Amino acid sequence: MGTVLTAAYALLFYGATAVLVCGLALRLWQYARTPAPLKIPTTPAPTTRAGVAARLLRETVLFESLFKANKWIWLFGWVFHAALLFVLLRHVRYFVQPVGELIAAIQPLGIYGGFAMIAALGGLWARRIFVPRIRYISAPSDHLMLALLIGIGLTGLGMRYVARTDIVALKSFFLGLMAFDWQPIPPDPVLLVHLALVAALMIVFPYSKLLHGPGLFFSPTRNQADDPRERRHVADWARGLEAGRPKAG
Amino acid sequence: MTVADAPKPTAAASDAPLDPLEIPDLVPNCMKASRPFVAAAEHQAPLGFPGALVENWQAKAIEKIGELRDKYRSFRVYLDACMKCGACTDKCHYFLGTGDPKNMPVARQDLLRQVYRRHYTLAGKHLPWLVGARDLTEEVLEDWYGYFHQCSQCRRCSVYCPIGIDTAEISMAGREIMDSIGKGQKYSNEIIGKVKKIGNNLGLPPKAIRATLDDLAEEVEEETGVPVRFPLDEKGAEVLLVTPSADFFAEPHIAGLIGYAKVFHQSGTSWTMSSYASEAANFGLFIGSYEQMREIALRIRQAALDLGVKRIVFGECGHAWRVAYSFLNTLAGPFDFLDQRFPIPQHICEFTYDLMSQGKLTFDKSKNDHIKLTFHDSCNVARGSRMGAEPGGQFDIPRAILRATCNHYYDMAPETIRESTLCCGGGGGLLTDDLIELRKKGAQPRMRALQQVADESGVTHMAAICAICKAQFTKVLPMYGFDMEGVVSVHQMVSNAIVLDKPKEQDS
Repeated sequence: MGTVLTAAYALLFYGATAVLVCGLALRLWQYARTPAPLKIPTTPAPTTRAGVAARLLRETVLFESLFKANKWIWLFGWVFHAALLFVLLRHVRYFVQPVGELIAAIQPLGIYGGFAMIAALGGLWARRIFVPRIRYISAPSDHLMLALLIGIGLTGLGMRYVARTDIVALKSFFLGLMAFDWQPIPPDPVLLVHLALVAALMIVFPYSKLLHGPGLFFSPTRNQADDPRERRHVADWARGLEAGRPKAG
Repeated sequence: MTVADAPKPTAAASDAPLDPLEIPDLVPNCMKASRPFVAAAEHQAPLGFPGALVENWQAKAIEKIGELRDKYRSFRVYLDACMKCGACTDKCHYFLGTGDPKNMPVARQDLLRQVYRRHYTLAGKHLPWLVGARDLTEEVLEDWYGYFHQCSQCRRCSVYCPIGIDTAEISMAGREIMDSIGKGQKYSNEIIGKVKKIGNNLGLPPKAIRATLDDLAEEVEEETGVPVRFPLDEKGAEVLLVTPSADFFAEPHIAGLIGYAKVFHQSGTSWTMSSYASEAANFGLFIGSYEQMREIALRIRQAALDLGVKRIVFGECGHAWRVAYSFLNTLAGPFDFLDQRFPIPQHICEFTYDLMSQGKLTFDKSKNDHIKLTFHDSCNVARGSRMGAEPGGQFDIPRAILRATCNHYYDMAPETIRESTLCCGGGGGLLTDDLIELRKKGAQPRMRALQQVADESGVTHMAAICAICKAQFTKVLPMYGFDMEGVVSVHQMVSNAIVLDKPKEQDS
């Protein structure tokens, strides 16, 4: 039984990782390959590449545009993402040996992050349910995505406070996966649910709205410099149209 | 009944200033009937579009989605990346004015996104109910036609989207798809046909333009005693002025044209207009067609070459300036035959502002003392272009000109100007009488912001920098209890205040 379970989860995580990495790589390649034939930065926009990098950094770290739009969505959205960052950093300890000082130091922050993450997701979900405008634009998948993330958070905290699992065995399971030397997975139901939900998240990532993360960096309104008078910008497919137009001289 | 339950006195309620950005209750499908006239075969033909809905329109439209997805990164990324956060839901002036949820930017995008998902995504193909994917039915096509023509492509939503999703990119694609299957919009396509045939949106032939300009020269000389010229098709002039054809046709546009002429005159710059490129507007933008937009833009290149000018200056028009500033170099460049010391192209406000900065213009502000002025930032200028060297020059330069020419200037509420400016309600190819109800409702947020400064500061006039804004406000101001002459051109203020040198007495 234990062997079957270990094999199932090992294969699940190999599969999920492959889908995440390959799916995301395919998306990024598609985005990068598709031309942006016109200069469409939302102005006022930076006039230099360095300015664009700063704009994207502000959008990524501070959610600048969202802050302008709606303080509640910004608060819940920003807290969720920041909390998720600490939660992910806390989990690095299951994948490296020895554990670095920084990762060791932020362990408690990862716990606070878990609570903050669930609270913020709850806020976002409440808005999705109770604000008529947002309820109108929500599909079942939008609710499911929040349920999935909250499920991951609750099972994670559940293992910390309610039904503890053997984290030493868990770590050897993941280190084993990475070394292609499978070790038994602890057969605790809460852990198994937690991991299954995480794998599901990894699998849907490249095929869902979770693409908003990478999407930002390919968004022409945000990643283009405002320099159309200084630099002529022509897409490859548009170059083909240029024959036979009025010439100087 | 407690005091708290008592109905509020209605008088107090109606006296309270109305919030321009007040979020309405949702009234689903209340604007379903709003749709512009469909283009007839004669309007479609000059653009190379099918004259009527093609037989296999579903398949063709779906194929076109794929084609556009491969040609435009914006379209591809924006269809994928929306996380339905809701940040944009209260940002569209048409939503604020109507309450129709399909006028929320994300819901407008979803009209196309749901079909894209059905045919181009794994989840949409197999689990359409889960991700809100839909087949392209006749009902969906009707929604496309109705609601993609309730977007003025003003990009206000793109300011607030955390990913920068620009609904204009989606509504332009939607219109391009509909054009390709034979369901075009009469207003825009008929106008593009006129530009191709005659050279401008209004279909004014060269003779009519010449006659108007002669009248203007006479009128200005009578009024000022100064022989201000209005040259047309003059080879060897330094500057080619490209301006919206409304400037030849109606107030307050003409007053702006007189302003440009006075500035050119006073600065001693030789200039000309072109009867071949007698239109700054470029409706190719509105229908999302790179090819149409390019063809119209090339007329300007041709005119500049034929007339042998050294510089190109654009008159006051919002989307025209977006196409000129952001796209002209791409569509019709490189302009290596023009004087590289000046921006190519240049906005008339940049031109005037440069002269002001060099101390070459004198204004008598008292000539505008009867005016208490505010300024409406035109959407395409504000969020799709720039003036001057610094980001935000498109806000500061027109204001600097207005403050230099008028003693009484007041901005409207900060959340309704500059990058947050509200569309006039008539942009993006919607300035047509078949959409008058939409235009009136879409103007509501701007009209409320104007009412605020009228109440608080006694503002009497609103300057605009776009032919569409000026025409739209002339029409809708009276619907909101304002004087239709309350809208003025920026260069009308210049024209009123500029001090012209009198011609020297001839030695006898």
